[in-house]
Amino acid sequence: MGQAGWAPAWRQPEPKLKYDVIIIGGGGHGLATAYYLAKLHGITNVALLEKGWIGGGNSGRNTTIVRSNYFVEGNTAFYEHSLKLWEGLSHDLNYNVMFSQRGHLNLFFTPGQRDAMMRRYNIMRLNGIDGEFLDREQVQKMVPHLNYSEQSRLPILGGFLQARAGTARHDAVNWGYARAASTLGVDIIQNCEVTGFIKKAGRIVGVETSRGEVEAEKIGMAVAGSTSVLAAQAGLGPLPIESHKLQAFVSEPIKPFLDTVVVYGAGHGHFYISQSDKGGMVFGGDLDGYNSYAQRGNLPIYTDVASCAMNVMPALGRIKLLRQWAGIMDMSMDGSPFITKTNLSGFYLNAGWCYGGFKAIPGSGWCFAHTIAHDQPHEINSLLTLDRYAQGRQIDESGHGPFPKSH
Amino acid sequence: MLRLNCPFCGLRDHHEFAYLEDASVQMPSFEDTSEKAWFEAVFLRKNLRGVHVEHWHHIHGCRMILRVERDTQTHVISKVEAAHPSFRQRLSDVNDETKLISKARSKT
Ligand SMILES: Cc1cc2nc3c(=O)[nH]c(=O)nc-3n(C[C@H](O)[C@H](O)[C@H](O)COP(=O)(O)OP(=O)(O)OC[C@H]3O[C@@H](n4cnc5c(N)ncnc54)[C@H](O)[C@@H]3O)c2cc1C
Ligand SMILES: [Zn+2]
Repeated sequence: MGQAGWAPAWRQPEPKLKYDVIIIGGGGHGLATAYYLAKLHGITNVALLEKGWIGGGNSGRNTTIVRSNYFVEGNTAFYEHSLKLWEGLSHDLNYNVMFSQRGHLNLFFTPGQRDAMMRRYNIMRLNGIDGEFLDREQVQKMVPHLNYSEQSRLPILGGFLQARAGTARHDAVNWGYARAASTLGVDIIQNCEVTGFIKKAGRIVGVETSRGEVEAEKIGMAVAGSTSVLAAQAGLGPLPIESHKLQAFVSEPIKPFLDTVVVYGAGHGHFYISQSDKGGMVFGGDLDGYNSYAQRGNLPIYTDVASCAMNVMPALGRIKLLRQWAGIMDMSMDGSPFITKTNLSGFYLNAGWCYGGFKAIPGSGWCFAHTIAHDQPHEINSLLTLDRYAQGRQIDESGHGPFPKSH
Repeated sequence: MLRLNCPFCGLRDHHEFAYLEDASVQMPSFEDTSEKAWFEAVFLRKNLRGVHVEHWHHIHGCRMILRVERDTQTHVISKVEAAHPSFRQRLSDVNDETKLISKARSKT
């Protein structure tokens, strides 16, 4: 009767002594990597080690926006590949990840913003990525209840739309990948913190964990905000990464109010909002702005995001906030990620997702699995390396330079 | 709310400050043309979990740059001082002078 008789979606095995591949980190990136290793490369003797519970990190804490409106080489092909995987993901996993292509509307308020975005969206279109320009009237028709006052300090002049973008249900993505990977033979081991590395003849051959030692031929790491801490233990040295926290907010559930993702960013604020299927308004803004490993946010951003919300959507002023939280972001020096081999043989790195790595989950797992299986990157992630800075080829979408807090 | 005890202004809310960067980074001298040294200073960070030395700008206050020791895990701030050594010296000189003056006053 009722909700009884549900079988667990994935097995709960004890760790074995040895695997072909260990993936450290049970966020979306680690889970997707394990799944594609098993599904596409026939490597099923895989352990995924997660210190807490899967999806307890950023993959279960984000505002779930999925898009591919990137314009710098290195990012374009990668994010579009990821978006294409999203489009078939529920079928592939046989799990409803509630991917909803409700569109992503990027507002602009000044001619300068318009021109910069026009350049971005034109380059996207040349790369086969969808993007449309909307003037003020078209934006008003699409989302009638924004602040269109001529008196507002910066009136909305128009927007750019990626219609294929949207949102997905974060927990479903984590659980869907976990179930599919487990079914193919991957051991998903929770409450298993990696505390050190076992080295033999200069090579990493395994990990020390809170549940004993585990060996493997190859080890891939996808631990987001904890990357620098583990990398130092592995002997990778300092990385081009800083850990910063990002907050998100959700309101009490309300009736259907917003059927697309509305975003703006530049100069006078940074804000993004959508409505979840449960009715909550899900929104966020900038990083708190200082290095942090604490998963809790601070008041200045709280007020900043609230004023950004009131700026474009004054109707929100009366709704109550239900929850607010923060996650630890692996902010890279150019705002772009790493899916790469390292200078330690058999040790692979997946990191630098900044605050845009939810949309990347399918593409990242796909590319990381390929890189681990073949010991070389796929063409799609071949530019997402650690050595790009030393070679002077940063992938800097926002043009902010080597300041992680600004990306 | 983080609160920084500015040595010039006193205890102030986080709102008044802007975070600048990791203060442990030493830029090479301009004469140093080694690419490696510049690459490491510009791009690599220890990104410590624990006590972190950093620069904050008291942008809505005295506009001085401060050197702060803060734990990145707990946010506990253990030290705030002027970033520039000459300002640190000047502050301590002023404090010494003040002490001398009040000592002299209390004698009369
Ligand atoms: C508030 C917020 C909003 C965001 N909004 C968006 C958005 O709208 N769109 C978007 O695309 N992206 C967004 N992001 C970014 C996105 O959530 C992340 O980039 C992405 O989830 C990273 O996935 P991951 O698997 O790399 O990391 P995580 O999901 O953080 O997983 C890493 C895992 O590693 C585990 N781990 C750490 N150390 C160890 C250890 N020693 N041993 C074992 N396990 C360990 C952690 O417990 C964690 O579960 C947002 C992030 C936040 C916090
Ligand atoms: Zn001051």
